[in-house]
Amino acid sequence: MEYNIVIGLETHAELNTDTKLFCGCSTSFGSEPNTQTCPICLGLPGVLPVINRKAFDHTLKTALALNCEINDFVNFDRKNYYYPDLPKNYQISQNHFNVGNNGSVDIIVKGEKKRIGINNVHLEEDAGKLVHPEASDAGHSLIDFNRAGVPLVEIVTNPDLRSIDDVQGYMHTLRNILQYINVSDCKMQEGSLRFEASISLCRKGAKVFGNRVEIKNLNSMKAVMKVLAYEISRQKELLDKGAQIVMETRLWDEVDGVSRRMRTKEEAHDYRYFPEPDLVPILVDKKSIDRIRETIPELSAMRRQRFTSEYLISDYEAGILTESKPLADYFEECVKLTIVSPKELSNWIINDVLRVLNEKKSHIQDFTISPKMLVDLIEMKSEIGGSIAKEVFSEMSNTGKDASSIVREKNLTPLSNAEELNFIISKIIEDNPKAIEDYGKGKKSALSFLVGQTMKITKGKANPKILIDIFREKLENNL
Amino acid sequence: MFLHELTANGIREKVKNREVSCVEVVKELFRRIKQKEALIEAYIFLDEEGALSKASEIDDKLESGKEIGLLAGIPIAIKDNISTKNIYTTCASKILENYIPPYNAFVVKKLLQEDAIIIGKTNLDEFAMGSSTENSAFHITRNPWDTESVPGGSSGGSAAAVSADMAFMALGSDTGGSVRQPASFCGNVGFKPTYGRVSRYGLIAFASSLDQIGTLTKDVFDAAMLLQVISGHDALDSTCSALDVPNYLSDINCRDNVVRIGIPREFFREGLDSEIRNALMNALEIYKKNGAVVIDLSLPHCEYAIATYCIIATAEACSNLARYDGVRYGYRSRLDDDNIVDMYSRTRAEAFGDEVKRRILLGNYVLSAGYYEAYYLKASKVRNLIKNDFDEAFTKVDCIISPTCPTPAFKIGEKILDPLEMYLSDVYTNIANLVGIPGISIPCGFTTAGLPIGMQILGKHFEEKKILQIAKLFEQETDFHLQKPKLD
Repeated sequence: MEYNIVIGLETHAELNTDTKLFCGCSTSFGSEPNTQTCPICLGLPGVLPVINRKAFDHTLKTALALNCEINDFVNFDRKNYYYPDLPKNYQISQNHFNVGNNGSVDIIVKGEKKRIGINNVHLEEDAGKLVHPEASDAGHSLIDFNRAGVPLVEIVTNPDLRSIDDVQGYMHTLRNILQYINVSDCKMQEGSLRFEASISLCRKGAKVFGNRVEIKNLNSMKAVMKVLAYEISRQKELLDKGAQIVMETRLWDEVDGVSRRMRTKEEAHDYRYFPEPDLVPILVDKKSIDRIRETIPELSAMRRQRFTSEYLISDYEAGILTESKPLADYFEECVKLTIVSPKELSNWIINDVLRVLNEKKSHIQDFTISPKMLVDLIEMKSEIGGSIAKEVFSEMSNTGKDASSIVREKNLTPLSNAEELNFIISKIIEDNPKAIEDYGKGKKSALSFLVGQTMKITKGKANPKILIDIFREKLENNL
Repeated sequence: MFLHELTANGIREKVKNREVSCVEVVKELFRRIKQKEALIEAYIFLDEEGALSKASEIDDKLESGKEIGLLAGIPIAIKDNISTKNIYTTCASKILENYIPPYNAFVVKKLLQEDAIIIGKTNLDEFAMGSSTENSAFHITRNPWDTESVPGGSSGGSAAAVSADMAFMALGSDTGGSVRQPASFCGNVGFKPTYGRVSRYGLIAFASSLDQIGTLTKDVFDAAMLLQVISGHDALDSTCSALDVPNYLSDINCRDNVVRIGIPREFFREGLDSEIRNALMNALEIYKKNGAVVIDLSLPHCEYAIATYCIIATAEACSNLARYDGVRYGYRSRLDDDNIVDMYSRTRAEAFGDEVKRRILLGNYVLSAGYYEAYYLKASKVRNLIKNDFDEAFTKVDCIISPTCPTPAFKIGEKILDPLEMYLSDVYTNIANLVGIPGISIPCGFTTAGLPIGMQILGKHFEEKKILQIAKLFEQETDFHLQKPKLD
């Protein structure tokens, strides 16, 4: 049977503030357990929260970048539930008065633009982390509270996603936006981007959605894709058999590749939300919205469009270059520094720069070759020839030295000296009578062969343009 | 007169003039405590060693001519729900029996800065939930005026300690009357400042939107002095006001502000003890004689105050007390449980008292899905109506005067089995917490049985100074505050 798929996604992104949401503890990742804690984030008796303005501004920025309506009255609520990693046994979150509502994100799926509705954007605190000893009979678990109180922005979509491709497109675009506006590192491996999905299937043509299943604790985009594929086939199979889908919350088991029931609707938590009395409401005026709006850079979709029209590169290339803001900045920095065509710069960055970064598993921000250095190299290319340029590039990426000093040190100055070249060329003509003959018969590829031979002998140090001219002249004269 | 009978300001003067050393004051006070504490049991924890060492520190300061703080040398008692660094802070609960905070509450920091001497932590109803101090997990406290009666609550230990001259002043906390009601029962001056005037940082929360730290003192001047020290902005409490703190001590004798006194007729109806009514009427006569105009008022929504208070206070309490789960600190059930939920339940079942459990249950109920709108949300709306009543009233009057409590101190055990009857003890006081306004209770007479009667004066937000002046006038015209219980 044919089904329509309806998916909604909640995304939690750790905000990249230096300190936690309600205290001054550091948020840096990977420290010794429980070294970044204080009475406040440990929820000791008598402590009170004080809002981190930067975290609030980041949330506002996110809501604006996702085209939300900004609420002028923002308040926090307590979400009450018991879990050992939650120090107060309530989470300070937002339920009634979020930072933003009714936003949207445009995604491109299979070449087509699609608008995904954002239900709300809100700010909340993260919980700690349970550490389970490897021995199954240890009889205890440990808790690391370093993460407790780290600010999270939560982004909740409407149930607008209709396929796994939609979900992939959305997650990709969202991550890209969060990175572009520099509110989150979105480092999946550090858990700074986490998802919860809800999915239901209904028969094609049906007027109401089917029963919804929620899946929690998805710590990577890959896990989201896998669990949704699994759920779609699980639910299809059940529906085909005429069975009902139970409204429930399931957990994804990465190891076995299956989702498992966590609790049914009847067992669902009643979070007993109520306004957090320890914080005062935040009144958001137009001035502060404008102030934050000004800090939002051109986002990648716009930039991609501009790149194709302004720099005459393909949409594909523009897509790669605008994938991350630092890379797009790098490209534009190069464009500004030279008269070399943006197209050629784009080729270099996509083919060479990205290849090296991939090999080194590094980021453009940490790249040894600055835009100025890259441009200098490309400008030398006509002089030193393409293959030497590539060699110099790889040396630059390893050593961080600039192009001209590498060329000087390695004696890679091109052989443009006509006398020396004439000698080599005469010898090549002598050694390759067959090619000369072919050329005479009008076979133009013979010329390329001869140039290639010369490049081989000179180890690429000859300038191919000059070579072609010399060969042509000599061969024409011979005929 | 014995040293321990002096007011805090009396001690301060003597210390400043080098008539007596701080160490002598502390020693004398502990002599008194050793005599009377066995009978009264006002304290949960006494820190004689710490007090003596702080006292000699201040003596050294005096000796070397260094500047001394406003409360230099004054021994002070702290209610045991206010966090004191390295000193047990139990909330009179088994669940925090062995809890030692690693930090000082804002007010404690302030006291220490002003050279006060902390002598110990006083008894209270568990987590400040109660009106008699009978809900302490450790022991009851007796009223120094009648040791068969309760001292009131929840700051019963602080009130009894001041009343029995076992502390010169004390801090309490007031969520629904927990400073004013015991002050009334024990014949002290009890002051609850405006919500936000004093930082709550370090006060172990009962109901966050109602809790306020207050003072228990022997007279109005001492209240002003202590309030001066603990008031002010604290960056660690978002609900704490940044408004400047006026000088409460200068012009405390000024009588210009004793002008229009409002009398809410709803507060003088059934349930009010006739001796208390008479004491209040006499008190009003004194004000009239001094030029005040008494104006009849109506606060129509006050009849809903107890219900509103019960919903809001318990809702906040159930969430605030959720953190006591045996995981990180405090009591944990000794039984080995395989699962965490059992550990939670057993820990909380074993270590919370009945009244705390009752309020946690009630609070969870009023916040539950399907009930939130009918209870919590509605209570929040009624709270606004009550606030409006007061805003309206304060356009016509400068202060509102009423009895602090409908009855004098009741007998130990009399109301403990009837929670509703017990809640009614706060009927005149909890309104100030709902509205957030300041209020004081001062002695205004005695029953024929010799129990103190308290008069409550409520003022506008942040008009502590005016209230103090109005209270001070009464004190100057009467001698109720000078009476001492016979404890021999």
